[in-house]
Amino acid sequence: MAVYKQSYREYEGRHTALWARFLILPRYSYARLFQSRFLVIFMAVCLFYPLACAVFVYLSHNVPLLTALRFRSGALPEIDGQFFYVYSVVQGSLAFLLTTLIGPSLIAPDLSNGAMSLYLSRPFSRAQYVAGKMLVLLLLLSLITWVPGMLLFLIQTGCVGWHWARAYAWLAGSIALGLGIWITALALIALALSAWVKWKIAAGALILGVFFAGAGFGAAINNVMNTHYGALIDLRLVIHTIWADLFRHDVRMDLSVTEAWTVLGVSCLLCLGLLAKRIRAFEVVK
Amino acid sequence: MQPVVELAGLRICFGKREILKDLSITLSGRIIGLLGPNGAGKSTLIQTLLGFCPIGAGTARVLGHDIRRHIRKVRALVGYMPETDAFIADMTAVSFIRMMGELSGLPPESALERAHEVLFYVGLGEARYRKLGTYSLGMKQMAKLAQALVHGPRLLILDEPTNGLDPSARQRMIRLIRDIRDSGRMHIILCSHLLRDVEETCAEVLILKQGQIVHYANLAEERSTNQCFVEIETAGELKGLTEDLGALGCTCTEHGAGRFKMVVPADFSLREIYRVAAERNLPLRRLNYRRDTLEDIFLKAMET
Repeated sequence: MAVYKQSYREYEGRHTALWARFLILPRYSYARLFQSRFLVIFMAVCLFYPLACAVFVYLSHNVPLLTALRFRSGALPEIDGQFFYVYSVVQGSLAFLLTTLIGPSLIAPDLSNGAMSLYLSRPFSRAQYVAGKMLVLLLLLSLITWVPGMLLFLIQTGCVGWHWARAYAWLAGSIALGLGIWITALALIALALSAWVKWKIAAGALILGVFFAGAGFGAAINNVMNTHYGALIDLRLVIHTIWADLFRHDVRMDLSVTEAWTVLGVSCLLCLGLLAKRIRAFEVVK
Repeated sequence: MQPVVELAGLRICFGKREILKDLSITLSGRIIGLLGPNGAGKSTLIQTLLGFCPIGAGTARVLGHDIRRHIRKVRALVGYMPETDAFIADMTAVSFIRMMGELSGLPPESALERAHEVLFYVGLGEARYRKLGTYSLGMKQMAKLAQALVHGPRLLILDEPTNGLDPSARQRMIRLIRDIRDSGRMHIILCSHLLRDVEETCAEVLILKQGQIVHYANLAEERSTNQCFVEIETAGELKGLTEDLGALGCTCTEHGAGRFKMVVPADFSLREIYRVAAERNLPLRRLNYRRDTLEDIFLKAMET
């Protein structure tokens, strides 16, 4: 119908599948997010380290080049669990920074502008809403964490051969699982805090606070009480403990692996609880 | 005609507080007004029909679908314009309406086409590429109406659509609601505390008070059977005036200080009152003639 007629008409066309509608939210979110030049540059910067790692992996197997550069064979670090542990720490930190940039703008504006009633008055559930918003973060964080990690694994396999891949198959699982749980936890924390404070700037500050203040308080508790339980509120230490275990990296941590997994699990459950409480079409004022 | 809303013993509680109490009614009009004072439960009833509030007891059906069992189906058939501000500030109107259309199940191309159409339809065609955060209150109301229409719902729920609008914007909104009503393709539930809005647009009215239905009226029928009222104010010798007016077929009551109220027959001529006054040499200081309005119906309902 031509718009100049300006009269109401019904919609009689086909409808899209119900299950796929949560994918609409990431599409619109990306369209908005990538209008920011800063974000595009930051995403590019996040890929520098994986690129450097890829070059390193390639060079470490290029014997003529190593000889030309007067490196002894075996002088370069091995591509093993420790290599990917360091990779995870670097890319995990960048993922955290990216989360503080993007996370607060995902749910807080919808809640502060009262848009939830518009989303939820459609055939679109709360779970789909949260899944859609989480996907925005998960896809971007994946691009800078486990996806390049797996590519590094494949490059190493290509350089060394399938026997290496078979011997180190556990590493592929550790990369996917270790970084996967980290970005899932980051996404949940960012969404929950964004939903809780409903204000973009405050949500960003709160995400930073949870990690940095948590680490500070944890260290203070450990020093004052002469205990190691302060580390339980230091999420950075929690994930490092899990990574060290997954990548079989022998480093002394204040937490046991069980404690670290428990803290991470409880944190994620708390975030889900907070989201379930906040993501509603309307609020009952008591 | 298929019932639009069927309620049977519907009860809604928030904590220990009962908000809607045992509502039972079947509504099937083209446009239904939902009236009531603040806190009567109008918005809660609407939110219940959209599946936002858990049902304590009873059942509610919208366009034949039980809202407990088929809420997705109900939501696909309904367009909702909330009372409060509801938008995404940093989106342009066209992309916001398009997204809402897509979430309702329209494919992206159709959603874009419909977004342009409904924005023109509600009068925001020229401003459709502006961000919603820059819109005036009246424009935001129109954008809310556009998002409720974009997917072509069969039932449109409007919660206080004229809230905060200036007189000309209000007129535009009322005109649009009438136009949608006259298109005959959609049922409308209009929730408002502004009686004039309801009177100008609705065929049926449901009045709520303290979570209960206190009156249901078909306005067209009420208007045809309504009584006419005359109020007069006079001075002088008033003895026997009540009887004289009663002889004209009026039911007359004296209210003191020369004031009389009469319920007059439908075919009554006001000249008769002037004639009686002239015969008795009484000056008529005031004469008001009016029919029962929605306001009277509402006030009567509030007294019950």
